[in-house]
Amino acid sequence: MMYYSRLRLLGVAGICLIGVLLCLPNFLRSPAPSMPWRQIHLGLDLRGGSYLLLQLDLKSLEHDRLQSLQDQARQTLLDHSLGYRDFVRDDVTASLSFAPRSDAERDAALKAMQSLPPVVPNEFATSEKDGRIVLTLQHEAMLARAREAVAQSIEIVRRRIDATGAIDPSIAREGDDRIVVELPGVSDPERIKSLLGTTARLTFRLLAPNPSVASPGSTMLEDESVHTQVAVQDHVDVDGTDLTNAGAVIDQQSGGWAVTFQLNSAGATAFANVTRANVGKRFAIVLDNKVIEAPNIISPITAGNGQITGGFDARSASDLALLLRAGALPAPLSVMEQRTIGPSLGAASIHAGVISLLTGLLLVIVFMVLFYGRFGLYADVALFANLILMVAILSLFQATLTLPGMAGMLLTLGMAVDANILINERIREEVKRGRAPLQALQAGFDRATGTIIDSNATAFLAHVMLFVFGTGPVRNFALTITIGIVTTLFTTLLLSRLLVVRWYALARPKELPV
Amino acid sequence: MLSRPLFRFVRDDRRINFMRGRHMGLIVSAVLSIASVILFFQPGLKLGLDFRGGIIVEAQTPGPADFGKLRAALDHAGIHPDAVQAFGSPRDVRISINAPEGADREAQTQKLVDGVKSAISTAEPGTQVLRADAVGASVSSELFRDGLLALGFSLAMILIYIWVRFEREFAISAVVTLILDLTKTIGFLAITRFEFDLVMVAALLTILGYSTNDKVVVYDRIRENLRKYRTMPLRELLDLSINETLNRTLGTSMTVFLAALPLALFGGSTLTGFATVMLFGIVVGTSSSIFIAAPLLLLMGEKRLRKETDAG
Repeated sequence: MMYYSRLRLLGVAGICLIGVLLCLPNFLRSPAPSMPWRQIHLGLDLRGGSYLLLQLDLKSLEHDRLQSLQDQARQTLLDHSLGYRDFVRDDVTASLSFAPRSDAERDAALKAMQSLPPVVPNEFATSEKDGRIVLTLQHEAMLARAREAVAQSIEIVRRRIDATGAIDPSIAREGDDRIVVELPGVSDPERIKSLLGTTARLTFRLLAPNPSVASPGSTMLEDESVHTQVAVQDHVDVDGTDLTNAGAVIDQQSGGWAVTFQLNSAGATAFANVTRANVGKRFAIVLDNKVIEAPNIISPITAGNGQITGGFDARSASDLALLLRAGALPAPLSVMEQRTIGPSLGAASIHAGVISLLTGLLLVIVFMVLFYGRFGLYADVALFANLILMVAILSLFQATLTLPGMAGMLLTLGMAVDANILINERIREEVKRGRAPLQALQAGFDRATGTIIDSNATAFLAHVMLFVFGTGPVRNFALTITIGIVTTLFTTLLLSRLLVVRWYALARPKELPV
Repeated sequence: MLSRPLFRFVRDDRRINFMRGRHMGLIVSAVLSIASVILFFQPGLKLGLDFRGGIIVEAQTPGPADFGKLRAALDHAGIHPDAVQAFGSPRDVRISINAPEGADREAQTQKLVDGVKSAISTAEPGTQVLRADAVGASVSSELFRDGLLALGFSLAMILIYIWVRFEREFAISAVVTLILDLTKTIGFLAITRFEFDLVMVAALLTILGYSTNDKVVVYDRIRENLRKYRTMPLRELLDLSINETLNRTLGTSMTVFLAALPLALFGGSTLTGFATVMLFGIVVGTSSSIFIAAPLLLLMGEKRLRKETDAG
């Protein structure tokens, strides 16, 4: 029948009321911090700010692990007093191989390799090939390690950004090896970019016996304090992961800036052992494969703290201290994409979006009244409810709204009245065929419903695809349209129908205004 | 005032013989689409930053911009922009640079952006950076791939949906019509030199969704009439169906057009291109619903659709 049950009436009215209530937090201040106050967030294009897409260098992660595994393997062979020849590291196949000193020692060497502790389960496979022993990193395990590394990087990126005082940053994983950073209100991301672009891996290593030439087990690195190349041993004596604190200070002796650090007990012990055994030798402080300085060890350092003086100024000293406190990234991060929107452009975009939305809405409303009279007016009421419901759903999910998102809302409103047009045209046809008003209404609504669902389903599919494959603002556009299609079905199939039915029940017209 | 509609696009009893012009319509459409495909290759689309990679910096100088000075400052910094141009007011400057080549091009791209910003703020103190974007080459090719995937999958989903809900002839004519619509829109993009970027892909998909919606309504009516008038020749039946739905086709086109119009007028640089292409797409989509989709159905389904309903 054409009469809505009271329950249905209350249901529709209830949903509209809830919609209005959900919209309110966007326009009012939260009365108390404890109240759930869900609002739509403005996108960076409206609010102004910076967007950075960072990529973690997984290759270098693999390279580092291979190097440390080689270190471990050598040490283990040494501990078991097993000899080896021709130890090769191959980054392309992600493997290590060496030849045992003699066939007699082969089984013992293989066993020693199998006993090496893996960082993740099944990290590497040990095998024998052409008389050589081969250790190969496993792809699956490396993927697991990469996932872990991205999660770890996100944490460190967050700490570094928080330390700069940026307000409301958003840091999220994207894909396998990428991190998206959004910084509202930051219109000059240069400092944050350079902070994130530094791996900040601090190591303390001895120089090679002859620091001017590379020998097995050492690598030539740039010494930044004197701008020459020095050979530094690959073996890491103390690692930055053992740091507990760091700070920028003014050096008492030179009057320049320096960075002090404090090691935990394990680090302090290792530091004490190395400095005790190597008094008089040079000890390199290496940051990201560059030697900051390589002072002589004058006396053993047992307290577990020290100072780095490497030609810093106030800014670089405090940045380094910040980086050391936040911890090193597991692998280098590089910026792949950067977008910055200044605050004035953001404000102009909000203005443009709101003006367009209001003008568009007004044009559609006027057109509908002219084209359909009273039923057009009902369609306009439904249209207004549609806008409220869209805002309500976006607020409920605390979604982000961008300029393309606002365009999506407006186009949804343009498309939404299509359902009303279909219904009204159908009713009109039924009237022309000589049906009585009630039957014409009934037939009009019933027949148009199938068409409305079919036509919205295709648009829905197209925009779901856009949401799946799109990125950034385009995704937001697809989101608002997809939400809009759902709210459209509600407002046209339930709300505007309800309005027409109520009007009919009250007015009992002899003919329909179509 | 509310008791009657104030106007209609066409009188309800009007019967326009659209099928008479079907060959003309198909030929015009085919010619336009072929021309568009040629335009797509020569001169081609103007790729936006999203798809070509590189950097764009938009800035507002405190006074009217001195382009010579800005160019000199950039040159001094060792930066060779591909374009330094005005946009909007005389104070607005846009500097664009294509993605650098070479091994560490990703890092280079990101460095350039900071170089440009510092060069212009030195040359014109007080300059406000409105927008600074840098997209690396690998990201841009991924974005391009994703954009094409979104388009391809959408077309496939539409094909499947119409095939399931209607019949094969309907699905194929719809997708052929959509491809014709899409090529024309791409031709329009090539002529107007609007930048083809992610937002444009969204515009194309919206046009696609909207145009399908339009076709579905006409097809729905054709299907209904096929059941209702069992003996009417297909040609006559298509004409009847188009005429019956004509007011709704034009009415809906009008509301979407009215909604997109303010975006084209006041939407600002991000949305003007998008909305203008939308407006073009609405006109093309509406006319193809009338002049292309139904004639294609006549061409493909003359025998099958009628015979099947005769039998059933």
